Amino acid sequence: MAKLGRRTVAASSGGTQRPIVRRHSVPSVLLTTAVLVATSAFAADTLDPNALKRLVHQDCGSCHGLSLKGGLGPDLRSETLEHYDADVLTGVILDGIPDTAMPPWRPLISEEEAEWIARYLLEQEAQ
Amino acid sequence: MKHLVIGLAASLMLTTAQAEPTATGDLGLVIERAKGSVLLVDQSDRAALARIEGLGDLSHASLVYSPDERFAYVFGRDGGLTKVDIVTRQIVNRVVQAGNAIGGAISDDGTLVAVSNYEPGGVRVFDADSLEMVADIPTDSKTIGLVDAPGRRFVFTMWDTGETWIADFAKGEPVITKIPDMGKNPYDALITANGRTYITGLFGEDGLTALDLWADIPEPIRVLPDYGRGQEEMPVYKMPHLEGWALTGREFVLPAVGHHEVLWIDADTLTETGRTQTHGQPVFAMARPDGRQVWVNFAHPLNDTIQVIDSVSKEIIHEFKPGPAVLHMEFTPRGHEVWISVRDANKVMVYDTQNFEKLREIDADSPSGIFFTARAHKTGL
Repeated sequence: MAKLGRRTVAASSGGTQRPIVRRHSVPSVLLTTAVLVATSAFAADTLDPNALKRLVHQDCGSCHGLSLKGGLGPDLRSETLEHYDADVLTGVILDGIPDTAMPPWRPLISEEEAEWIARYLLEQEAQ
Repeated sequence: MKHLVIGLAASLMLTTAQAEPTATGDLGLVIERAKGSVLLVDQSDRAALARIEGLGDLSHASLVYSPDERFAYVFGRDGGLTKVDIVTRQIVNRVVQAGNAIGGAISDDGTLVAVSNYEPGGVRVFDADSLEMVADIPTDSKTIGLVDAPGRRFVFTMWDTGETWIADFAKGEPVITKIPDMGKNPYDALITANGRTYITGLFGEDGLTALDLWADIPEPIRVLPDYGRGQEEMPVYKMPHLEGWALTGREFVLPAVGHHEVLWIDADTLTETGRTQTHGQPVFAMARPDGRQVWVNFAHPLNDTIQVIDSVSKEIIHEFKPGPAVLHMEFTPRGHEVWISVRDANKVMVYDTQNFEKLREIDADSPSGIFFTARAHKTGL
C-alpha cells in the first residue's frame, strides 16, 4: 500500500518539546482534510480498529496507563488532549518527542494508523 | 432427596476442606490487569485456586507479602492499595491513597507498607495492619524504584530530579537522606538481596548509578556510563524493569536501554564484564534463583519471545515464543520451573527450566505480574 508523503510536524522536529499548535490553524485543517480523504480511500482494507484500540490501551498504556490516565507518560484522555490538533498528535505518534521517553512509532505503524489513533484519542468518551 | 444428599455431602466436604489449615508457602498471586482481579495459584499443583475481584485499575500492578505469607499488599495504577488475605481469599482492606501509583515495598519487619506515586509525586507509608497512613513524603517528582532496605528503611528515586532518597524509619519518624546527581531520568531501580547495593537504571543518559548502602554517606557510583557509545539508539516501546533477580554468581545482568542487549557487570567492581546481543529491547532480564540461567523478555512489538542465556558462557542457549505479549516471569523459589504470563493468550504458562518443556497452561484474564509467596522472605521483593 502506498504511504502518504512524509510530513513536517512542529512537535516532531528540533531538540525539545515545542508548544503544541492550537486547533484549526489553516494549514493543519487542510492537511487533516487531505489525510482524511486519503484515509477513507484505504481504510476499508488496511485499518483494523480493534487491533489499534488494543495497541492504544495495552502498548501505549505501558507508559500512559491502561485507561490512559497517565503514568510515566502524560494523561491521554480526551479532556486533556482537546486543545491539541489531531494532526499534531499524529506527528507526535509517528515521530516521538526528542529528549523524552516518547518514541517514534513510524517504524511500526502507518501514517493512516497514527491518524486513526489521534482521532480516537480525541473522540474518546470522558471517563 | 438425592440432590439434597449430594448437596449436603458437598457442603460437608467443603467444611472439612476449610477446616484444614491453609499452607501458603507454595501459593502465589497473578495480576489480571484488565479485570482488576488477582488469581490465587498453587505452584505445586500448577493450578488456579480462586479469583479475588474488586482491586481497581491493575495495569502495571505489583504486590508484596507480609512476613507470614498470609497477606498480599497490591499496588494498583489508580493509587489503590489493597490488602488481600490469601487464606480466606478475600479483600480485607483497601484505600485509594493517591491518583497514580507505580509500586510499593514492605519494611523488613513487616510493619510498614510504602507506595511510590507519580501523582502526587512522592512516597506514602502505611501501617501494614490498618493501612492508616503514617508518613507522607512528597518529592515533587514522579517517584520510581522504591525498595525496602535493612533497618526499617525505604529507598526510592525521582524520575524528574534524578535524586535518590533514603527514608529511615528505625526510630519512628522518618529521617530522610537525599542523594543528588544520580543521573538523568532514572526509570527503575533494584536492591540486591543482601540489601547492600541499590542500582538505578537511567533513561535520559547511558549507564546506571549504584549506591553502596553500607557506606556512611552513600555516593553515586557511575556504572557503564557510555555503554551505548557509537551505536545507534533504538526506540524504546516499553521501559525495562529492574528487579532483585539480577545476580548470577559474581555478576549482575541488566537490560540496556535503547539497545538490544543485556549488560554483564562485575558485582564487586561494578565494571563491565560482557554483553549479550538479544532479540529486542529487554524488559526483564531475570536470573534463575541459582544464577545459572538468565531469562529475558522483550518490549513491543517483539514481546512474543523469550531468550534464555547461559550465565557462564553468556550465550543464548534457548529461544522460544510462548505467545503474544509475554509480560512477566516468576521462578519457583528453587528455580526448577518458571511461570510466564502471556497476556494476549490469556494464559499463564509453566515451563521446566532444565529441558524447557511446557508443563501446564493455566487460564487467566490478561495476566501480567506473577508473585509467589516466597518473595515474603527476600529483601527488595
